[in-house]
Amino acid sequence: MFRAQLIREWRASVRSRDEILNPLVFLFLSIMLFALGLGGEAHALSRWSPGVLWALVLLTNLLSLEGLFRRDFDDGTLEQMVLLAEPAFVPVVAKILVQWCFSGALIALLTPVLGLVLNMPMTAWPVVMATLAIGTPALSMLGAIGAALTVGLRRGGVLLALLILPFYVPVLIFGVTAASDAMAGLGVNAQIFALAGISMLAVTAAPFAVVAAVRISLEQA
Amino acid sequence: MNLTELWHRMGSPRWFYQMSGPWGTGFATLAVVLLVVGTMWGLAFAPADYQQGNSFRIIYIHVPTAILAQSVYMMLGVAGFIFLVWRMKLADMLLQVMVPFGMGVTALALFSGAVWGRPTWGAWWVWGDPRILSMLLLLFLYFGLYALRAAIPRAEAAARACALLALVGLINIPIIKYSVEWWQTLHQGVTFTLTEKPKMPIQMWAPLLVNVIGIYCLFAANVIIRLRGEVLRRESGTAWVQEVVATHDQARRGHSGDSGAMA
Repeated sequence: MFRAQLIREWRASVRSRDEILNPLVFLFLSIMLFALGLGGEAHALSRWSPGVLWALVLLTNLLSLEGLFRRDFDDGTLEQMVLLAEPAFVPVVAKILVQWCFSGALIALLTPVLGLVLNMPMTAWPVVMATLAIGTPALSMLGAIGAALTVGLRRGGVLLALLILPFYVPVLIFGVTAASDAMAGLGVNAQIFALAGISMLAVTAAPFAVVAAVRISLEQA
Repeated sequence: MNLTELWHRMGSPRWFYQMSGPWGTGFATLAVVLLVVGTMWGLAFAPADYQQGNSFRIIYIHVPTAILAQSVYMMLGVAGFIFLVWRMKLADMLLQVMVPFGMGVTALALFSGAVWGRPTWGAWWVWGDPRILSMLLLLFLYFGLYALRAAIPRAEAAARACALLALVGLINIPIIKYSVEWWQTLHQGVTFTLTEKPKMPIQMWAPLLVNVIGIYCLFAANVIIRLRGEVLRRESGTAWVQEVVATHDQARRGHSGDSGAMA
């Protein structure tokens, strides 16, 4: 059941390529804006790169989350999924997992490219990649709550950011301090454990909230 | 009356409206007395701090508002939980009317903190401090609740969405509480709790205690008065509300007939 759902979501995502590509293009475009804004100096960019990277990862994730439930909500598939599945969070978790594969996990895999563009020292790359991989599941899970709450609204995009960004802040703090500590050659175990803890908490608790939020949105449609 | 019965009665907007008439004014009077006494005492009569001098006196504004900012959000989470589990209409109304007050005290706590930070730390605003950050996040959480309710057209869906969001937001409260230990920086530790003996001398904390209780009374008065209005608004189709409005109108008409000024 979970596998079938996973395959369906995977195919749907791969076939709507723009939904994967657009957020990524947004990520690189905004990095370019920062590079321009910081005067194109390699040194300045390198110094601020952890913060720039993580802040942009949060926003990119938010962008890709906005469409998470949209299409299935509009054509009624989501309602059938939540009605038929037992337990109801199976299809929802499958959706979020696939969304994470094409946002958080993909960005983590792109770390070398991002590191080059942002002028990060190569020694910090493994830590950045690890923290991105460990921290982004929490972003997808928490963000899905907001996406589910706002899916029925006509202009949900800004509201989604407003509702969810405050919850992203702990991930941002630990991610940024991990990256900058790694660049300074310090240990980062504490941040990695903290990120893992936040992600695990989000992965175990958030699906219930997402399902509740989906039900609320379906009821009002 | 046993407890279950009391619980069910408390969920009834009508029962609340009929009982709470004198509560609002009672709490409001108490709040004015306590806040005036506490603030005057704190600003004019309490001894100055041996390190911070007179600038510490902003504690009498800062700490009460900061305590309320957190505890109002906690109450929001509890109200959300009660609404989601028992579908008690009054809990949702409570959730709705508490949000603006919470937003206000949080903003005031941030503002008074900035004013206090200037002479003490030499900066209005310190981004690295965890408690400033959590307070700011709390302000955004309040705003999110406010915006979510405004964005959802159907009242029942808005109620459930807000209750869920309040419950999820409650995760933020432990982060606020423990952030001091997580990222120790400039902020002094918690100076005041109701359960432990304070480290300050009694002349300093007594006015603070008066102000804390005073602002709780202000909160209660504000919430009760606004909740009464919300009950009337939402139940406006029912017979008992129309009765209340009719008797009120009659009383007013009678009154204006006497004085001739109100018409």
